[in-house]
This record gives sequence, structure tokens and C-alpha cells, in this order.
Amino acid sequence: MVIKKILFWFSVIMVILWFLIPIVMIFIAALTPADDYYNPHKIFPSRLTFEHMYKLLFVLGGWKATLISLEVALISIAISFAIGLPAGYAMTRYIFPGKNFVRLAILMTRSIPLIVIAVPLIVVYMEIGIADTVLGVALAHTAMILPFVVLITSSIFSGISVEYEEAGMIFGLSRFRAFLTITLPLAIPGLAASAIFSFIMSWNEVFVASVLTLTNRTLPAHILNTAMTSPDYFKFAAGTLMALPAMVFIFFIRRYLISMWGISLK
Amino acid sequence: MAEGKIIAWLLLLPTLLFLVTFIGYPLVSAFTLAFSGETSALDNFKSLFQDRMFWRALKYTLFLAGVVVPIQLVLAIAFALLVNTRFKGYSFLLYVISIPLALSDVTAALMSYTMFAPMGYINKILMNLGITEAPIYFFGFMFRSREFWVIALTEIWRATPLVFVIILAGLQSINREYLEAADIFGFTRRQKLFKIILPLLKPSIMSALLIRTLFAFQIFGVVWLLAGRDIPVLAGETYYQYVHLNNPQMASVYGVVIAIITLVISYFYLFSLQSKHLEGGR
Repeated sequence: MVIKKILFWFSVIMVILWFLIPIVMIFIAALTPADDYYNPHKIFPSRLTFEHMYKLLFVLGGWKATLISLEVALISIAISFAIGLPAGYAMTRYIFPGKNFVRLAILMTRSIPLIVIAVPLIVVYMEIGIADTVLGVALAHTAMILPFVVLITSSIFSGISVEYEEAGMIFGLSRFRAFLTITLPLAIPGLAASAIFSFIMSWNEVFVASVLTLTNRTLPAHILNTAMTSPDYFKFAAGTLMALPAMVFIFFIRRYLISMWGISLK
Repeated sequence: MAEGKIIAWLLLLPTLLFLVTFIGYPLVSAFTLAFSGETSALDNFKSLFQDRMFWRALKYTLFLAGVVVPIQLVLAIAFALLVNTRFKGYSFLLYVISIPLALSDVTAALMSYTMFAPMGYINKILMNLGITEAPIYFFGFMFRSREFWVIALTEIWRATPLVFVIILAGLQSINREYLEAADIFGFTRRQKLFKIILPLLKPSIMSALLIRTLFAFQIFGVVWLLAGRDIPVLAGETYYQYVHLNNPQMASVYGVVIAIITLVISYFYLFSLQSKHLEGGR
């Protein structure tokens, strides 16, 4: 019995270490002074420095790339919710011919690799003059996020009883007012979690972002194109800069994670 | 409710238009671009099949998928069983396992580099323990087979949680009564795992396998950062053809190959699920 318990806790601790060690080590490595890093006898740094982070952000263009990443994510979230939320509502609250076909079509778009879409998109972008722009990347990321937003909002709304809305309508509210004042407030926590989830999807996407832009690169695209020719400590700083916001955000939505991935992976 | 139908379609219209414009249309033009040759529609594919790089990229993509996906599945099932015991503090373990879900392939590659770099922690520890004198090199064209295993390990680290989430969801939906019944009949834990839990998990395992295999054919960031074209993969070649050779046509051809593989795998998956439904109906 005791041996079983020890084995159990041993495996729990091993799993935790397996996942945490690389994360903790890159944070430490990002703050290690260069001479400590290149000294083979020093595993841990003698002091910590923000020099690499500072240089990455303000000399090597990390800050600009971070801002572009934020812009791209915010624009794609805004568009996805503006058009995806009504669609999600329609998918739960209305019965109409062709509904199953629409659902299937939206599911299908999720299994099309973005890699195929990227190259033809540049051709379109050059014609309409948004090649190498923030908007261009944001629209491509919207294509990635939108199907997820439709499916998840539809699942959130289906969890809120239609009777509340109907009660509101009996008291003289229009369907739109009833949605706005009754259903929407109830849906806010779930919607916020899915917005964060969408943010992480866009923040992490690298292939499309680096194919579509040359000068306006998002953070991962910037790193992909510069990291391997930079000294090691800048690589660690770059990894830290990518990881921190994502980790903070996933902490806030940890309760929703399982169901969210369930939907995003359908 | 004719009015309701119209409202529903109006609400859906912007989304459908957007998806047609930004996914449907580019998809079609990727195919037309790939199938437009000077003499025949298959010109591009002929030169693709004569290109040694393509075959190497296909080989490495398949190898990586073949190594990574089965290991991920086994690990994910083990992690899910561990979390599902709901021991005190299991929610912390759940959070830790889900962290890599929020990390991009670029981040994971850089974390892996932190460990395996010539002056990385693994080398430093080995040297300080006196096990090795000089750093072991894991990266570079000379050390391609080591690079391959580092990439495989990084992918296992990064994407096992994705499989884990699907398996755990499946595990949580298993009716407790089955397990209680097994207890009454005196099943051992082994028997419960192999006779009850795993068979009931089959749908989750199938969908996890499908999703991971599909993503495995799109592997890009980890490989590109850690090995560049030392280890060519299909998505990496797409990127190389467009960004470095400025050849949108060949880039589309590679993209289309990935899309076709994706479609074939999903088709087989759907087909096998459907045949199971038919069996159930007998």
C-alpha cells in the first residue's frame, strides 16, 4: 500500500517536472548574463539581468513585433465575434432548412490546413493592396478563428435556456432587446474565455503570419526569421516573451480549457 | 416561421461570405495554381515527383508522425488516468499539463533549444558531473539524426497535452456504474483498464489520433527553428518555395499535397466511424 502511494506521487511529480522544467529553465536562461551562460562550469547564473530582454524589445524590434501581434489578435477577435456571434446565435435558436449543411461546412473549414490558404491569399492581397499589412494577417487569422467562434458561441447560447428570452419577449421586449439584456449578460464569462482562447490562437500562429508579411511581422514571425542567427540568450529572451502572455491568459481560463479544446478540435 | 428562416440566414450570411472569400476561394485557387502547367495540368507534379527534396520531406514528415503520434497517445492516456483519479491537488497537475496548449511551436522549439544547446542545461549538467568533457552537439547538418530525435521529443512535449485533453474528456464521460459493476465482479485494475476503460475510450482515441495525425502533416515551426532544411518537412518546403525561392506555384503544389493527405485521412476516419454506426444498428 505504501509502495503504491510512493509510486503514485513519484509519477505525479515526474509529470509535473517534465512539463515545468523547460519552461522554468528558459525563463532563467533569458535572465542569465552572457558570461555566465558561456561559462561551462556555471549551471545557474550568479546574478540575473534584464539586459537581453531589454535589447530584444527595444533594439532588435521585439516591441514593434509585439504591438503588431496584439493588433492582429485584437482585429481578428473583433471581426470574428462581430460576425461569428450572430451566426452562433442563429445556429442554436433557429430551425431552418440547410442547417446541418451549414454546420458541416463550418466544421469542414476547420480541417483545411491554413498552409494551403496562405500562398493564394498573397495574390489576392496584392490585387487589393493589403499585402504585407497588419489587416492582411488579421483577416487570415480571422479565417482561422471564425469557425471556432461560431461553434463555441452556439454551444454557449444553447446552454442558456431560451425561456428567459421568451419571458422577456412576453413582457414586450423585441427579440434583439431580449438577447441584449438577458442572454448576452449570462453568456459573458464563456464569451470572454473564448475571446482569450482566440487570442492565444492568433498570438501563436506563425506560418501564415510569416508568409504574408515582410516588414510588418508579428512576434512569432519575427522570431522565426531572426532567432537562429542571433546569440543564444536572445533566443531565450524571445521564447520567454512569447510564453509569458500565453501562460497568464491560460491561467485565467483554465476552468474552461477542456470544453474549449473539445469544441476547437471537433 | 418563414420570417425566422430569413432572419437565421441573414445572421449567418456575413460568416458564410467571409469563409467563402478567405477559405473557399483561396483553396480553389491553390488547386488551380498547382494544376496549371505549361504543357499539361500535371507539369508541376511531374517536377515535384522528380525532386529529391520532396521525397525526403515526405519521408521525414511520415517518420516524425510515425514516431510522435503513438508515443503521445500512450503518454496522454497515462496522464489522463492519473488526473482522473482526482487525488488531492489534481487540478494543479491538470493546469501544468495544459500549459503547453498555450505555447506556440516557436516557443516550444526555443525551450527545447534551452535544454539541448551546446551550452544548454543538459550539456552543462553532463559536463559538471564529469560524464562528458566537451559539449554534445545536438544541432547542425552533421548531427541530423540527433536533430530528428530532439524534434520528436519537442513535439511529444508540446502536443501530448492536446491528445490528453481529448482523452480526459472521453474518460470523464464514462459511466461510473460500469466500473462499479466491474468491482462487484472482482475485476483487477488491469482488467478494468483493458476490458472496460480502453474499449469505451475508443471514439476519443480515434478522434485524438485523427487530429494529431492531421496536425503532424502540418509540422513547421519546431522543425524550421531547430533544424531548418536539414530535416525537410512538407510545410517547411512550402515555406521555402515561397519565401526563399519566390515560387508561388511550387509552394501551392506542396500545400495541395498537404491538403490532399489531410482529406484522405479525414475521409478514412469518417468512413471507419460510419461503418461502426452500421454495426451498432444491426
